[in-house]
Amino acid sequence: MSSPDSPTARATGTYPVKRGLAEMLKGGVIMDVVTPEQARIAEDAGACAVMALERVPADIRRDGGVSRMSDPEMIEGIQAMVSIPVMAKVRIGHFVEAQILESLGVDFIDESEVLTPADEAHHIDKYKFTVPFVCGATNLGEALRRISEGACMIRSKGEAGTGNIVEAVRHLRSIIGDMKKITQADSAELFEWAKRLQAPLSLVQEIAETGWLPVPMFCAGGIATPADAALAMQLGAEAVFVGSGIFKSDDPSPRAKAIVEATTHFRDASILAKVSRGLGAPMTGIGMDEINQRFAERGW
Amino acid sequence: MLVGVLALQGAFAAHELALAECGVQCRQVRVAADLDGIAALVMPGGESTTMSRLLVTSGLFDPLAQRIADGLAVFGTCAGMILLSAEVLDGRPDQVSFGAIDITVRRNGYGRQVDSFEADIEMPQLDSPFHAVFIRAPKVERVGAAVEVIASHAGVPVLARQGSVFVASFHPELTPDYRLHSLFLQEV
Repeated sequence: MSSPDSPTARATGTYPVKRGLAEMLKGGVIMDVVTPEQARIAEDAGACAVMALERVPADIRRDGGVSRMSDPEMIEGIQAMVSIPVMAKVRIGHFVEAQILESLGVDFIDESEVLTPADEAHHIDKYKFTVPFVCGATNLGEALRRISEGACMIRSKGEAGTGNIVEAVRHLRSIIGDMKKITQADSAELFEWAKRLQAPLSLVQEIAETGWLPVPMFCAGGIATPADAALAMQLGAEAVFVGSGIFKSDDPSPRAKAIVEATTHFRDASILAKVSRGLGAPMTGIGMDEINQRFAERGW
Repeated sequence: MLVGVLALQGAFAAHELALAECGVQCRQVRVAADLDGIAALVMPGGESTTMSRLLVTSGLFDPLAQRIADGLAVFGTCAGMILLSAEVLDGRPDQVSFGAIDITVRRNGYGRQVDSFEADIEMPQLDSPFHAVFIRAPKVERVGAAVEVIASHAGVPVLARQGSVFVASFHPELTPDYRLHSLFLQEV
């Protein structure tokens, strides 16, 4: 950084700069990819960013074991293949994985419950990083705790790797429903809200004024069809993450393109009908009573 | 006055807030019919390759190109600047642009997100510097003779115009300072 009074002075890694990239991703689709070839298919389809990871959540769920940050070589392969932002995941609390991703020049870090948590009490202090972070949340309290740690974007968690939208809907409705109630609360009730949510009072007061989180909120976990993406957007999500839903389907490329168009034209049922035609089979998906590991329960 | 905001992808909501603060009505533009009756258009930041694809699939590209050719006032920021430029370097081969301002820009010319920055820029039209936020910004590498450079940072043009087409490589919608939106609206 040069001196503040120099005509070329610039500040990197500031909160507005980090939050700014989250703002740029709104209205778009961020796609999970595990190879450079998949990243190319995602960019060709109009993804606004890709998430580089070793296995898609459906495979993590199937294989079990410990799931970690991806191999830097694989992330660099994806960075070399595409020109759109590249995100990557670290385990909850694993700040060294985050340091490594930052040194690779990754554009956004997802501190993700899809990977096996590294710390059972603490999330990463995200203010220490130049790179912005996104974190998952199942409810408003969790979202506000992540924001107070420096997250610049929240994604509703849903249940990754299931192809089932029901948990994402539950989380979006919970977060947005509580924000609506807070806007109706009087100033004395905000103290009680902060206590109940286990969240900083200042953030609760901010929601009472603005009606929304101080950072963008996207939806993740279970989107498998264009209609799922449009449902998340109509419920109030500002963009969507699609994990297993694209590359675990029969024909990923047309499905990816259709989900991008559905996310943009999310209120236009005639366009949604048009893009939903002839996409082949979506990922099979699983019911919530069929799974034994809920990723969404990870995070504190 | 009704001002359109291209809402295919990106930071269109922030521009709507800024325009509302300036006292104008906004309309999100996603399909050709949304262009009817707008007096000006803002093209936001976001991912230019995504918007390029959606401009084509939505059928918006040709009618919007015609409106711009007919003199529609347009303000493109970041990705919007890329979409308006005559020449785009490091873009995708299938990326479309309107060629409405005679400049050459390099996508992500300032680097990745870790190189994104904020800085004060000065311009004669404003009595104090404008605090500008640059996010994976495009870098202007050539400016044609018909283009007026309004502001530069570190010797590189960052705000320019040609006729009724205005472009910025930074994001005036990300700071609560609406002077550039007002300057644009005065020209409409």
